[in-house]
Amino acid sequence: MTTETSAATDRDGLRAQVAEFLAAHDPHGADPLEFLRARFDAGLAWVHYPAGLGGQGLPRSLQVVVDREFMAAGAPSNHPELNGIGLGMAAPTILAHGTPEQNQLWLRPLWAGEEVWCQLFSEPGAGSDLAGLATRAVRDGDTWTVNGQKVWTSSAHMARRALLVARTDPDVPKHEGLTYFALDMHQPGVEVRPLRQLTGEAEFNEVFLTDAQVADGDRIGAVGQGWAVSMATLMNERVSIGGAAMPREGGMIAPAARTWREHPEKRTPGLHDRLLRLWADAEVARLAGTRLRQQLAAGQPGPEGSAAKLTFARLNQDISEFEVELDGPDGLLYDDWTMRRPEGANFFGRTSGYRFLRAKGNSIEGGTSEILRNIIAERVLGLPKEARVDTGPWKDLPR
Amino acid sequence: MTAAPTGAAMPGKEPVGPGASGQVRPARVANLLYTDTEEELRAAVRGLLEDKAFWRDVLARTETGQTYDDKLWRSLAGEVGCAGLLIPEHLGGAGATFREAAVVAEEIGRAIAPVPFLGSAVIATTALWAAGDTALLPELASGAVTASLAVPFATGTRTRPDPTVRLTVPPKSGPKPGDGQADHWLAGTISGVADALPASLLLVPVDGVPYGLYAVRTSSPGVGMRPQASLDMTRQLCEVHLENVPAQRIAVGQAAEQAMAAALLAGAGILASEQLGAAERALEITVAYVKERRQFARPVGSFQALKHRLADLWVAVTQARAAARYAADWLAAGFGPETTLAVALAKASCSDTGLKAAQEMIQLHGGIGFTWEHPAHLFLKRAKADSLALGTADAHRASLEVLADLQPPKASK
Repeated sequence: MTTETSAATDRDGLRAQVAEFLAAHDPHGADPLEFLRARFDAGLAWVHYPAGLGGQGLPRSLQVVVDREFMAAGAPSNHPELNGIGLGMAAPTILAHGTPEQNQLWLRPLWAGEEVWCQLFSEPGAGSDLAGLATRAVRDGDTWTVNGQKVWTSSAHMARRALLVARTDPDVPKHEGLTYFALDMHQPGVEVRPLRQLTGEAEFNEVFLTDAQVADGDRIGAVGQGWAVSMATLMNERVSIGGAAMPREGGMIAPAARTWREHPEKRTPGLHDRLLRLWADAEVARLAGTRLRQQLAAGQPGPEGSAAKLTFARLNQDISEFEVELDGPDGLLYDDWTMRRPEGANFFGRTSGYRFLRAKGNSIEGGTSEILRNIIAERVLGLPKEARVDTGPWKDLPR
Repeated sequence: MTAAPTGAAMPGKEPVGPGASGQVRPARVANLLYTDTEEELRAAVRGLLEDKAFWRDVLARTETGQTYDDKLWRSLAGEVGCAGLLIPEHLGGAGATFREAAVVAEEIGRAIAPVPFLGSAVIATTALWAAGDTALLPELASGAVTASLAVPFATGTRTRPDPTVRLTVPPKSGPKPGDGQADHWLAGTISGVADALPASLLLVPVDGVPYGLYAVRTSSPGVGMRPQASLDMTRQLCEVHLENVPAQRIAVGQAAEQAMAAALLAGAGILASEQLGAAERALEITVAYVKERRQFARPVGSFQALKHRLADLWVAVTQARAAARYAADWLAAGFGPETTLAVALAKASCSDTGLKAAQEMIQLHGGIGFTWEHPAHLFLKRAKADSLALGTADAHRASLEVLADLQPPKASK
């Protein structure tokens, strides 16, 4: 009762704040960036962030109130679709582990879309075994010099800054010798090359670091604490993949159901059974996502986030596979193999053939389904860990 | 209960689909969590069941002549008020909603308790209440009378059950109209009725024009109840035989059809929660076992082949819980089209997951799981029987043809 009342008060209060802000700042003014900066400074950027850092410490669920008001006013957008890693992963990591100075320095340009962020985690030799990574950072006074190769980096070609995890001590066990940095991508030691994927396009990049420099002031967390900070980033990644709120029949099931309704000639009894099952599974998965968000809002965070990502991957693959089959002879065609550089990932875009191919990445990116099952088994169900052979100093591990 | 179904939309009669009207957007937001009150109720029921429904006793009872545990049911009725949970307070019940009933069902599923909660406190109660009854419900509320809707347990929610009982002429001797409350006479046989063995009151759908719903006391002359060897002996079915039995008419025509539809829909929705509870318990027991059981000098639960199966099962239980809660919440809000959709999703999801959990329980226990002395077979038999009861997963998914506008191919010429 009291919670509901105060939430209603908060909602009304926020609407009033937005109205006041819009009266003072022309949403159709000449400089969209100035508008966005002012919105950040007014605590109307992300209301669940602390005061002084773009928010007001309110429940996250109230953000939609603010977004709706600004959208209705035709206010400039910070284009979150172009900075998914920055907003979804970098910002919460900086907030949780950064210094007050780092928060002040990075969060505003990040939120306003001035600075796109990317994530330098995976390496050719460190995929699921991220803690085994080999990119070295060596300290000399207040500067670290970084050498190594990173892979599967979305947005690296557009990014101003990167979340970087690097090995700073090879003489200790692998999880203990890592340190986390924010790397300036605009420097000579950083080379970005597109990585073409099986869909024909290149969402991702390979990043070669050759004597790249990072100031020690851009280190996030203590030296040797890189693993703990990385985990915070990855947890946010898994919530952002598969945890998004969507309406009924949103996501991958939408085009499948639409094709089914619009093309009765494509229907067969076998496909009908499959569609009913997929539609029900997709709707139940959506409800599970809704329940997860209700738990978070009620302050009962559950471990269901990893379940959401697993289910999301499986459903996307099953539904898109169904779709290609539903297309019959057209399923043999493909829209375009031209090498492109899309601005972001769109799992549900283009044609059924594209969706079918792109979905294969869903069970690999952001933690493979196999690693997620290990996490559920060990951290949720408390099952014993697999016998390990990689507990000694990192430099002595067979590679 | 919060909303009377009288005059509410008949389940399944109003198709909703994204077709012409765009996306389906339910008007209210369902609460998929458990409230504090619901958790308190759960704790009370679980405490009682842990004390009085130990699985060895449940197993032993299946080989006796009394497969239902009357004493346990009296405790649940008397101490926790489970019998009259859904009955309004002015009729002597607790005035709770289907949300609370679903929590009780989860606990009964966990324990595989042989009590007629589903048949009496949910299905028969909903039928009587939907038919506007005020005379019989107080008897159910106190636990003095246990009732069962006399339809085969396999009856789905989509079609009106085809009654096998007909009205007859009154016998020359015996009670006459005006004697007590009997006003009609019935004859016929219904096979595979759940929760009828412990019942003293049967609600019998009767064929004819119009269709009707009648109450029969099992103590009446001419009522035969033949226990059937059942796949799930913790909810033993029976064949009900009625031979010129005096009956009281409860509802007729559309009112009777609505009462039946509401009762079967509520039954399927609450059964989903029972399946969820059983699945959750099967997973818990199995996880505990693979942590203890050692082979190759290590706990078998440290092998990835087993861990991944259990992780997948946990994910399935997580999904089933969301579906079951959605159905319970919409049932608590009434009997509109969204409730029908919610129940279909829940029964389909929980049937599949319940069966998967029981099957994994047996496989991951290895040999011991295949023995009579281990509870795994109780879970398997309950899960398989429940998946066939009140509409299979396939049947519930088929209702999405209309509810979600996913029409089948045209029949080939």
